[in-house]
Amino acid sequence: MDILRKIGATTVVAAMSLAAIAMISGVPTAQAFPDKPVNYIIPFGPGGESDITARHQQSFFKEKFGQDLVIAYKPGGGGAVGWSQLNGMIGDGYTMMGINLPHIVVKPLQKDVGFKTEDITGVYMFHYTPDAIVVNASSDIKSLQDLVDYAKANPGKLTMSGSGKGTANHLAQVRFDKMAGVKTTYVAFKGTGKAVAALLGDQVKAEWGYTSVGAKHEGKVRMLAVAMEQRHPKFPDVPTFKELGFDLVSGAYRGIAVPKSTPEDVRVKLSEMIGEINADPEFRKRMENDGMALLDVGYKDLNAFVAEQAKAYEEAAREAGVIK
Amino acid sequence: MTGLDYLWQALTPLNVLLALAGVVAGTVIGSLPGLTATMAVAVLVPITFSMEPASALILMGAIYTGAIYGGAYAAILLNTPGTPSAIATTFDGYPMAKRGDGDLAITLACVSSVVGGLIGAAFLLGLAPPLAEVALAFGPVEYFWLAVFGLTLISALSEGNLLKGLIGACFGLLLACIGVAEISADIRFTFGSQVLLGGIETVSALIGLYCIPVMIDLVATPDRHLKVTQQPRGFRLKEALAISWLGKFNLIRSSVIGTLVGILPGAGGSIAGLVAYSEARRSSKRSAFFGKGEPEGVQATESANNATVGGGFIPTLVLGIPGTPPDAVILGALLIQGVRTGPSLFTENGAIVYTFIYGLILATVLMLPAGLVIGRYAYKSIITVPKAILVPTVAFMTMIGTYAIRNSISDVVIMIVLGVVGWFLNRFGFSPSPIVLGLILGRIAEQGFVQAWTIGAATEDLTGMFFGRPISLVIILFTLISLFYPLIRKHWATTGGTANAG
Repeated sequence: MDILRKIGATTVVAAMSLAAIAMISGVPTAQAFPDKPVNYIIPFGPGGESDITARHQQSFFKEKFGQDLVIAYKPGGGGAVGWSQLNGMIGDGYTMMGINLPHIVVKPLQKDVGFKTEDITGVYMFHYTPDAIVVNASSDIKSLQDLVDYAKANPGKLTMSGSGKGTANHLAQVRFDKMAGVKTTYVAFKGTGKAVAALLGDQVKAEWGYTSVGAKHEGKVRMLAVAMEQRHPKFPDVPTFKELGFDLVSGAYRGIAVPKSTPEDVRVKLSEMIGEINADPEFRKRMENDGMALLDVGYKDLNAFVAEQAKAYEEAAREAGVIK
Repeated sequence: MTGLDYLWQALTPLNVLLALAGVVAGTVIGSLPGLTATMAVAVLVPITFSMEPASALILMGAIYTGAIYGGAYAAILLNTPGTPSAIATTFDGYPMAKRGDGDLAITLACVSSVVGGLIGAAFLLGLAPPLAEVALAFGPVEYFWLAVFGLTLISALSEGNLLKGLIGACFGLLLACIGVAEISADIRFTFGSQVLLGGIETVSALIGLYCIPVMIDLVATPDRHLKVTQQPRGFRLKEALAISWLGKFNLIRSSVIGTLVGILPGAGGSIAGLVAYSEARRSSKRSAFFGKGEPEGVQATESANNATVGGGFIPTLVLGIPGTPPDAVILGALLIQGVRTGPSLFTENGAIVYTFIYGLILATVLMLPAGLVIGRYAYKSIITVPKAILVPTVAFMTMIGTYAIRNSISDVVIMIVLGVVGWFLNRFGFSPSPIVLGLILGRIAEQGFVQAWTIGAATEDLTGMFFGRPISLVIILFTLISLFYPLIRKHWATTGGTANAG
């Protein structure tokens, strides 16, 4: 009977989704961990960069630890819906959630979104997508200097698309404008894909994007500078902001957090596991090919790292009017 | 035709099997309200890691195609659009089912989906690179006007009840404001509650506003859910094909509209279905019957929404900019496979792209037999199951489906509240469609308006921004026609002109 099959199908889906939230199981012993699939919740919708990087990790996780990494999505409120529920989940190491900077810093400062930055127990920050200024390949802006010159000559008229208010690239825009002493207009789009479309369609003059934009749209866009300590291995010809005299190293940082109730030894173990994936040369190659930059901030150093980043973010967010 | 040699690569036994399995799985998933094509494709991503890129694409494309068609079942049989792109299917599909023609409506939806899918895929095959430019020509202001155009369709869709339609749309627009604001990231209308933080999710609103009132009415009245005729009538395929042949211009026009709207990232199937529907109604000789169970209405939306599949792949493959949410997932899977999208994909990686497009065509063709058989089962089970089982089952499904969208209990609560509100509103003559349109289009309009205003203000040319761009002007013109069309028609009718000429 079809209706029964339907019930069957929905039950399976329901069970799968519920399992993501409530895994009923004892705390595993260190050597056996993991002995069943690990749930990895992305607090955004599928198809975004948070999803894609998690997907990159997925196959390596299975290969190294013999268990599946099950990716589920819990989008809403720019990630806040997921993070506000993280500590209510079972902390046995089989549930973890992606975290993003600056989101986990900026969101709680805006309003009560159900979590505070310090409520989040991060175990690893594994990569960042460095901010970059991108122009259309046909643009007559050839260098960062051209861009600054244009912005100085036409205050406020330089329109730059970006992936949304309060995101890494928006805060980078605020910081850069201050450093360069210029005024540009940030046009917020919903996600990087739409911001790139606006750039390619000449709706805006430039984009505050990421190195991944340069990788994905090679040949159609020109990156003027990247916000990294050193040049990106995939783009040896693109200078860093630092080289050009602007102290800007920033981007969209991504990591993994666990519910607060997760035992200390499991946190450490998970941190080591993510680090192991990060160390895999093939994984590094794939990530770098997509324009990402790898980062290794383990469990022990994570709080200090977030605190350090938080200062700069908060300042820029206040300036941008994202926090009132 | 380009890349014909790849046709044979698409026809390997494995790919045929994947296409068939994908279409079947997609149709079943799409028929369950709340389980979306995006989700179906996302669940599959890990499986595709170990596949050839072209086979992986075929599987995901087939699921996607099937899911869009499967959405028609719930729309026709339960008055519940499983996805926004099936909203307009309810207008005529459900009345058809009520009068006992549900089987015909489903077969018709199947034929129309196949035609729409094939036309969309043909555009993808032949004209993808030039058509991708359309996606780029659409700036924020064009999206704003397109959304306004979509909102004016409310006036055309709620003839005689325009005021109530507009009130409903305003309610929808207000609902769209709840949560984190689209552009400014402000948090609005949450009343300090975290339940509302994530905003009103579109599909859960669809389920609540359309399906819950039907459930309440089912419980409240002793009638059977759908009228049933005594003797079984098979697929009624001949009848459906005859209607399709008569409506061939409608099918082609709707498919072209679907393809073109599908190319626009961020416009989506809901607009495609609605525009196709209102165009079909405008040009039909039988426009008076639209909304009362007119087969042409089902044809228009179902062909248009399946054409968005092919259309949506155009910017995805050519520009690397996903045309629809499922495209975003497929694009991500391709990236992980190491396939770079872009114009060079068609020349350097022709093997992947063309094998995939032929695979998509194959899946669409396979949808005809698969869709007919599954549709027949769906119809039979809905009409034969006693109400005492049907209502709890569907009610259970709506909750699971709503929960599954974002793994959120809040969405389930919001869905039920909206459903009860919707039931009361129905009693007072408000239909759910304007509310849902306001909810969907309000967000698109807000984004477009704020972005266009920001750019216009920065370049000190606001008037030029909003009223000086050729594409915008064309959309504004359409908007005006659509807004005043009921008046114009009335004028013709009273002056003795041909009332139904379009």
